[in-house]
Amino acid sequence: MLILRCALAALCFCATLLWPIQLARGQESPYIVAYDHYLEEPGSLDVEYFSTFATQRAGNDFHAFWTELEYGVTAWWTTEFYLDGQTTFDQSTIFTGLRWENRVRPLKHEHFINPILYFEYEKKSGADKILKEVEGHDVESDFLTPNALARQEHIHEVELKLILSSTLKGWNFTQNTIAAKNLSNNPWEFGYALGASRPLALKASGTRCNFCRENLFAGVEMYGGLGDRYHFGLKDTSHYLAPVLSWNLSSGWTVRVSQGFGLNDNSHKFLTRWGVSREFSGFGELVSRTFRRQP
Amino acid sequence: MKAWLPVLGVSALLLVTSLALGLPGSPPSQQPQKKDPSIYWELAKAPEKARLRVNPLAQDPGAVAAGQLLFQRHCSECHGETADGKKGPSLRAEEVQNATPGAIFWILTNGVVRRGMPVWSRLPEPQRWQLIAYIKSLGSKPASGKPYPAASEK
Repeated sequence: MLILRCALAALCFCATLLWPIQLARGQESPYIVAYDHYLEEPGSLDVEYFSTFATQRAGNDFHAFWTELEYGVTAWWTTEFYLDGQTTFDQSTIFTGLRWENRVRPLKHEHFINPILYFEYEKKSGADKILKEVEGHDVESDFLTPNALARQEHIHEVELKLILSSTLKGWNFTQNTIAAKNLSNNPWEFGYALGASRPLALKASGTRCNFCRENLFAGVEMYGGLGDRYHFGLKDTSHYLAPVLSWNLSSGWTVRVSQGFGLNDNSHKFLTRWGVSREFSGFGELVSRTFRRQP
Repeated sequence: MKAWLPVLGVSALLLVTSLALGLPGSPPSQQPQKKDPSIYWELAKAPEKARLRVNPLAQDPGAVAAGQLLFQRHCSECHGETADGKKGPSLRAEEVQNATPGAIFWILTNGVVRRGMPVWSRLPEPQRWQLIAYIKSLGSKPASGKPYPAASEK
């Protein structure tokens, strides 16, 4: 059954990549955890796949992965759908949940600091390990529970973020404040993500190329938990620092890599992440034309 | 098994959509669309200080070629391959061609978010100026006929 599910997921993912929509060549930021204030272009669909390989002390290392479908509804609203899964070595590979997130830009114009409001609903099992954000008292030892047990826990969670992002002389600086609530009568938990990035060249070259420096973005992100409503602070929290790099290929693909380092004893020692994405422009227009009645 | 149902649902929807999109006889529309000329009035909203900015790359011999590539990459989906307009307005309209580089730069930086144009400040400033050098090199091709009002008239 597991092989069947994996094959089906792979098939569907390939189908989304191969359908005959015009490819767009976006300018993607290198962040994997942090968000900046740039939303998806209206009508465009970004299909993304990410992997996280994490070391686990006193337990089995794991590989968590997720697929994102990111759609620009309007120039001020982007919606995303996630499917999460993970493999814990010497245990099992399981589907761990889904997420639906929305990002809204409240201000019409660009400012020195640009706010974005973020709302997410998560329906996941206790075995979810994608570490897309770190919040509350999330620590490495939480991931020791075997898959067979952890997957029996069902979590419904809402997550709010205030994203404050600024772009200055090619640099982007972003700060995300996270508040998350497990709807099973758990307290509000808090977290943060910070990021800074810049393209390696500010001027574009006059020839089409993959290795031009303007196609490469480098940066760093830092993220971690800030406790909960009753125990706010850094005690019993985990934190990570991760250099990030993205490469926008002229074929329309974007590749991101990140090597995260745990900053304290509560953190995984290493989080190695990578991801690929491809943007399909005009997706909304094509869908509406497909289902429109012909005259 | 229940947790897998939403995955199947979304995957099936994507698959059906992808198949439907592959049917013959549905090429994407390449025809320029008639646009509400009021879209060009956004140019007039640029503050005077922004409007008076000059393109520092106007004399750069490579700016137009680089701007053309940037245009194909980021703008042609909405404004058309030849900038004559598609989902978005024509950039060869007199309103755009007569606008100052600074006003176009301001629109690129701030977008017209409520009318569908995203902000493009994610492109570094030199790349936005390269884009403007290309847009200005296209020359005028009247489309709407209705000039946008000057900021002082508003």
